[in-house]
Amino acid sequence: MPTQIERDEVQRLLADEQAQLIEVLPHAEYEDEHLPGAINIPLKELGRGSIDQLERARRVIVYCYDSQ
Amino acid sequence: MSPRAASRLETLGFEQVCDYVAGKADWGSAGLPLDGANGSETRAGPYVRTGVPTCWPAERLHDVCDKLDESGWDTCFVVDDHRVVLGRLGRSAIRGRVDVSAEEAMTPGPSTIRPSARLEAIVERMHRQKLSNLPVTTSDGRLVGLLTLRDAEHSLQQLGG
Repeated sequence: MPTQIERDEVQRLLADEQAQLIEVLPHAEYEDEHLPGAINIPLKELGRGSIDQLERARRVIVYCYDSQ
Repeated sequence: MSPRAASRLETLGFEQVCDYVAGKADWGSAGLPLDGANGSETRAGPYVRTGVPTCWPAERLHDVCDKLDESGWDTCFVVDDHRVVLGRLGRSAIRGRVDVSAEEAMTPGPSTIRPSARLEAIVERMHRQKLSNLPVTTSDGRLVGLLTLRDAEHSLQQLGG
């Protein structure tokens, strides 16, 4: 079960564990604005081919625009 | 969308998956930087004047007047222990009422914007509502500072907007 986290924990995981940050919105929305250091894998493209760039041993944080 | 992405990653074999549910709207509204074509430099955050004076609700207005005189500002925000904005005091509100508390004299619940608000939209709003400045707070109401119309317009010009 994925762990839901808040902003403070995101900052901590990025700083302390070099967590991998993924924006799952479409490319245009990522190009418009994204968190520093985030890569873009849109939800519709999230599959075996697109995850090659991720390291399985490192924590992954996903986000979109908001909780809606 | 992010909960589905997090679940998908788990099904793909990732064991340490976290979901930042509040997402980039939350990040930006807290005043944290955003990259991209419409990143932080097109938002209010970088142009906020952070030295605006603050006072407690119980402070007497003659003390607030002294603060304003020393600071050179003509406005002061009434905040709680967490720097959450409760109200605003301008010189006109203070003048002649030095024996009351800030809470009694303040205009409660002033309209605020987030650091992630787009400059273009803010400038348009300030003109429409005839405002010369707007307080900027985080999404949980904490004061960041004050954005002036002059600074916002100047920044937009610098950005070529």
